[in-house]
Amino acid sequence: MPATEHTQPAPDQSAAVAAMPDFEPTIVAFVCNWCTYTAADLAGTARMVQSPNVRLVRMMCTGMVDPKYVLKALLSGADAVLVSGCHPGDCHYINGNYKARRRIKLLKEILTGFGVDERRLKLTWVGASEGNEFAETVNHMVAEVRELGPSDARTMMAI
Amino acid sequence: MATTAKIEVQNGNLLQSVQAFLHMLMDDGGVAGLLTPLHMGPGVVMPALVTEPERLKQADPLAPAFPLNAARIAAKLTRGGSPGGTLAAVLRPCEMRAFTELVKLNQGNLEDLAIVSLDCLGAYTNADYRTFAAGREPREASNQWAGQLLAGRSPDPADLPLAKACRACEHPVATGADITLGLIGMRGAGHLLVKAHTPRGEALLAKLRLPDTADPTARKDALAELVAGRTAFRDEMFEKTRAATASMPQLADYLAACVGCYNCRAACPVCYCRECVFLTDVFDHKPWQYLGWAKGKSALRMPTDTVLFHLTRLAHMSLSCVGCGQCSNACPNDVPVMELFRTVAARTQEAFAYEPGRSPDEPIPLSVFQAKEFAEITGGRD
Ligand code: SF4
Ligand code: SF4
Ligand code: FES
Repeated sequence: MPATEHTQPAPDQSAAVAAMPDFEPTIVAFVCNWCTYTAADLAGTARMVQSPNVRLVRMMCTGMVDPKYVLKALLSGADAVLVSGCHPGDCHYINGNYKARRRIKLLKEILTGFGVDERRLKLTWVGASEGNEFAETVNHMVAEVRELGPSDARTMMAI
Repeated sequence: MATTAKIEVQNGNLLQSVQAFLHMLMDDGGVAGLLTPLHMGPGVVMPALVTEPERLKQADPLAPAFPLNAARIAAKLTRGGSPGGTLAAVLRPCEMRAFTELVKLNQGNLEDLAIVSLDCLGAYTNADYRTFAAGREPREASNQWAGQLLAGRSPDPADLPLAKACRACEHPVATGADITLGLIGMRGAGHLLVKAHTPRGEALLAKLRLPDTADPTARKDALAELVAGRTAFRDEMFEKTRAATASMPQLADYLAACVGCYNCRAACPVCYCRECVFLTDVFDHKPWQYLGWAKGKSALRMPTDTVLFHLTRLAHMSLSCVGCGQCSNACPNDVPVMELFRTVAARTQEAFAYEPGRSPDEPIPLSVFQAKEFAEITGGRD
């Protein structure tokens, strides 16, 4: 096999990958069915600029996003995770979003301790009519993560 | 009735005085069942629920053995109905703090159990305790050990170090216990210090009719010195652990020996879920998933989900981690679990200004919320 076929970067070359202009981040987004999911749909149908880098996972409420979903996504190769739900006061299950905020706070404390950049985990409030806001959030996040480069966990043998 | 009383120590036999006190609790204090560490056989100490005071001859709360954190046992004894008699338990400070966490989770209750706690001098790992106790009369060994330690001498001829969790523990005295027995800084006083901290403790102590005494200043100084030493050890351990886990690949290396047996989870007193998600089929992946991951990574470490397991456990219970070290004690592969959990817990607990076991009235941070808080998490918008 010719040496040129070895395109897999070695673990210690992730910095080099980061500098590559064609790195496309993968972002897993856990979005609430009642608000952000609708906003994402709106953004899609209205053909607002939308990045193809985002995998949406529809949840019934941000309060249902267990820490292990976020962790599993990050360990399985996602470069960043977005959790997005109803504005304070608008949660269909009254306080799921407030609980989510504490969980994300906790996860950020844990993950940044292991050198994970804060910007790889985001919580936002995006209402059902805010397609614009959703597109902006996603595009901004993609740009940010492109800058940060691929997540370290991508090249780890362990999950 | 004074809140501070004393119990005489004869011929330096600390254990005898402790046993005498427990005997009084049952005879005069009306305690029908007493949970206390007890010698079961060569090299084995386990908690036992004693109903016949005669049995207390084998009781040994001084033994430097810590085979399990008894918080779960205290929870079992107080959950789902009245015990039908007065119960008391001798708990280490970290057992008391873990029990308080379980009470907040409605898995036990403080109403039905009087807690007695000795100043905690620490303990060996399971393996080291067996070495320590081999070929010795176990109660005699405990007595000598405690005596040497309290006199500031190396407590063991073989110079075994105590478990790291104990060397890093800054809580030698239980908060929230009904009665504490003071050993530290009591040298030369010829007695142990018995202190009641709650109305129930006061009532119990009143029945024992022990002579009053004062809290000596030497004790305060000795405790401060002990705590300072342990805190320094702890902070150094935090430093080292942080450096060893400063990135996700480093964390994976740190956990490289983990085989996913979940012994650490089973041993943890505050891993509170009745059904752990890691024991369900959630992590039974399809064959094609494994190959997919392996292709993405060039090689996939098996078993999978070990890093996920530890990160998830940190997210679930680090706020309640009391640093007892039972996770490390239970690991068959010497993964330094306690060091990792305590280090991360220090961070998460600080983020929520929370101290597990400090008070039963302080809710576990993830069980409550406020409408306006942590605005920085959502980019300054709440
Ligand atoms: S994680 Fe380890 S040190 Fe912390 S409470 Fe559980 S068993 Fe004890
Ligand atoms: S850290 Fe040790 S005890 Fe815990 S699951 Fe891994 S091998 Fe088992
Ligand atoms: S229903 Fe949308 S966040 Fe709870």
